Amino acid sequence: AFPKRVKVVEVGPRDGLQNEKNVVPTPVKINLINMLSETGLQVIEATSFVSPKWVPQMADHAEVMQGINKLPGISYPVLTPNLKGFQAAVAAGAKEVSIFGAASELFTKKNINCSIEESLERFDEVMTAARAASIPVRGYVSCVLGCPYEGKISAAKVAEVSKKMYSMGCYEISLGDTIGIGTPGSMKEMLTAVMKEVPVGALAVHCHDTYGQALANILVALQMGVSVVDASVAGLGGCPYAQGASGNVATEDLVYMLNGLGIHTGVDLQKLMDTGTFICNALNRRTNSKVSQASCRL
Amino acid sequence: QESQASGLPEYIKIVEVGPRDGLQNEKVIVPTDIKIELINRLSKTGLPAVEVTSFVSSKWVPQMADHKEVMRGIERHPGVQYPVLTPNLQGFHSAIAAGATEVSVFGAASESFSKMNINCSIEESIEKFEEIAKSARNMNIPVRGYVSCALGCPYEGNVIPAKVAEVSKRLYSMGCYEISLGDTIGVGTPGSMKRMLEAVMKEIPLRALAVHCHDTYGQALANILTAIQMGVAVVDSSVAGLGGCPYAKGATGNVATEDVIYMLNGLGINTGVNLYKVMEAGNFICTALNKKTNSKVAQASFNTGTIN
Repeated sequence: AFPKRVKVVEVGPRDGLQNEKNVVPTPVKINLINMLSETGLQVIEATSFVSPKWVPQMADHAEVMQGINKLPGISYPVLTPNLKGFQAAVAAGAKEVSIFGAASELFTKKNINCSIEESLERFDEVMTAARAASIPVRGYVSCVLGCPYEGKISAAKVAEVSKKMYSMGCYEISLGDTIGIGTPGSMKEMLTAVMKEVPVGALAVHCHDTYGQALANILVALQMGVSVVDASVAGLGGCPYAQGASGNVATEDLVYMLNGLGIHTGVDLQKLMDTGTFICNALNRRTNSKVSQASCRL
Repeated sequence: QESQASGLPEYIKIVEVGPRDGLQNEKVIVPTDIKIELINRLSKTGLPAVEVTSFVSSKWVPQMADHKEVMRGIERHPGVQYPVLTPNLQGFHSAIAAGATEVSVFGAASESFSKMNINCSIEESIEKFEEIAKSARNMNIPVRGYVSCALGCPYEGNVIPAKVAEVSKRLYSMGCYEISLGDTIGVGTPGSMKRMLEAVMKEIPLRALAVHCHDTYGQALANILTAIQMGVAVVDSSVAGLGGCPYAKGATGNVATEDVIYMLNGLGINTGVNLYKVMEAGNFICTALNKKTNSKVAQASFNTGTIN
């Protein structure tokens, strides 16, 4: 049986734009988030308080955070890689933050230049500060179904890292198929292991569609009781590990499936598609959402 | 076996429809020798069935005008079926004369679609197919039945599962060994797929069912997964996701064989198909058509230079 309601976490403005080649002007980012705020989405990941040296696309994080309309009932989490980023985020008005762990040592080394253990120590600082400020923290685990460097990732490792982040105080753990390599088989195996350590109500899936498997993987996760799903409007965000391949699953295609299953999301699909059209025009690119493509009668 | 433990079929038969359904919906007319080369390459991938062409009037479907030449020109590999479409008795006889050893007939679960597509009612189309089925039976030629619009119709919108079950039953009763249920415009979701299959499974044994999902709304793999969770063990797909959607300009059509196989491999389900060889065949036809593949697996694999 499927959950009756699913919370859709919109990561387009952060994960999506971060992986788009063209740097998007601040007013366009703000308008994108404002439009998303009108669709019924309850969670919109706004930006990342990471050094602009590493991620130029997110250099305007403070302006974006301060510039968006923050509608009541909607959460605008931001990424904070360390204590410094956390403090900057709070100063800019953030009320929720996210931290990024990984189930792969090599990926952690290449991505943030330290071991998994060291990254968790860094996050501990953020957790302590967040607890003191009553700021909820969402934990991401990358490479849960495979790693671009290590290849296969054991489900037990994913469970171990998830458990650590949950114990540290993350209210939700988003399990990311970072390179989209997973299939319903590996998704099931991974979730079975993780669900032994973290309650299913605290789990989310963040599936990339690089191999076209995202919706099938999400379906399996839903069947196992997961009720939080990350997605990116218009499927924004390519894959940095496979030139020209797609990345995030499109929010429109996800909502279409959930609607068809009679699962409540609160999201207005038409408004979402309109938002996708807006950002694709601004980026001068075609949408990655098939629902959007099909619905557009040229 | 991982697949057994999960309640999924151990083996799934993939029916490759690229050369027919795929090419039929591509704008560019493909030269006969390219079609033959494509089919020959597909024959070497382990695919158990490759739909070759359609014995329909070239006036209606110019892409399939060379049906005789293609049928006669392809290599016939042992263990591989080469079905062809036959819309009427004339087409059937022409197909047999050209060497066909299996044929397919196309019904629909929607009256409007039947009328617009083949200019007759569902009942009239069934009568035509019965003529084919009778001749085929006499000649020991297996007949596969398709039911279009199983999850929705471009004209009527919603299609009720009971109607799909009714048309499927008519085709099965006349002797079709397999019924392929087609989500012609790709509007279905796991919810509607489940409801439709539940209705059809009351009338047709599971082993005689196949699903033919279009990926126009990105739902195909999720719908296929739902079907195989319910025990369906035959899946239609098209190499490189060839074939757009005639009802939604610019939108995609068939689900890509590569993406289906990737999923089934990941589930530990045996298909007998070599994914890499299918990708190579897909690369061949996309180069010939001067178009990008619709297969995400092919896109991701050729760009990283690694096959997972």
